[in-house]
Amino acid sequence: MCDTCGCNVTPAADHHAVEVLQGLLAANDHEASHNREHFSRHNVLAINLMSSPGAGKTSLLEATIEALDSDLRIAVIEGDLETENDANRIRKKGVPAIQITTGSACHLDAHMVHHALHELDLDDVDVLFIENVGNLVCPASFDLGQHINVALLSTPEGDDKPAKYPVMFRAADLVLITKSDLLEVLGDFDPVAAERYVRQIANPAPLYNLSAKTGMGMDVWLDWIRREAGSRA
Amino acid sequence: MHELAVCQALIGQVTDVAQDNKASTVSDIYVSVGPLSGVEAPLLQNAFPIAAAGTVANAATLHLDATPIRVHCEECGAESEVKMNRLVCKECGDWRTTLISGDELMLQRVVLGEINV
Repeated sequence: MCDTCGCNVTPAADHHAVEVLQGLLAANDHEASHNREHFSRHNVLAINLMSSPGAGKTSLLEATIEALDSDLRIAVIEGDLETENDANRIRKKGVPAIQITTGSACHLDAHMVHHALHELDLDDVDVLFIENVGNLVCPASFDLGQHINVALLSTPEGDDKPAKYPVMFRAADLVLITKSDLLEVLGDFDPVAAERYVRQIANPAPLYNLSAKTGMGMDVWLDWIRREAGSRA
Repeated sequence: MHELAVCQALIGQVTDVAQDNKASTVSDIYVSVGPLSGVEAPLLQNAFPIAAAGTVANAATLHLDATPIRVHCEECGAESEVKMNRLVCKECGDWRTTLISGDELMLQRVVLGEINV
């Protein structure tokens, strides 16, 4: 047998099957676990914010940072296809923001978050928000190492979004109905129906109505963050 | 759109399996995909030749096995096969159910081609 003429290659009759039984995203999940351990070791609460584009993730973060300024030290990882616009908006509020530009990639993954963490000193952070790429499909499949998934559902999108995007809303530990100041104007978004759609995908997650613009309902959300952060400090 | 990233991860795993078994090619790859995995089987199938090009899986066939969505009811204990946006118990109608299957995204089996002795 030699390595030059091909006589070391067995014929097709010797084909054999190897049982693998491994998740396709095992490498991502492994890196996500590593991120999660890193957060927990530093007593950092990591929250993955997911929604469609324009549901108000950055506006919510701006209002949240302002309100929690004296209680908690916040940092943000921003995921966008292009631009540093969102990170710049967050930095204006006086907190560190690391921008990940994904190019054409439609989601963040654990590796990108790990890379961004090199630029953050977690000793100075109590709560890390990871603002995922605006997309109700792809981000749901990739664990980043977060402790909690928060999905935003803005009122102009319609109350049946959880039925249309069940994978995303099934992954949510908390659902925020944002832009609730528009409820009266829109007239056709029913928060009770939205909750029913979330239950129909067997998700017990609480739903909070809020408006980052008017401040309505923000207290419940802020108390929830304080509670979750307190339980990890 | 994330199916290409998933497919590249699959090729990484298949390459490892081939190397561990001293195989220079792979003929068949079996993957189970549940609708609640968030991955669309046809898109995964389309992405496969792109991800497989130039690898041990270059000439391999990707077999996708769609798993049904099944839930176990916490209230009445019944098991039902359900739709992906309606995971409620078909017997008693309660929404407090646990998923038994339907969110898998798993490499089941790799059939090796040429093996270097």
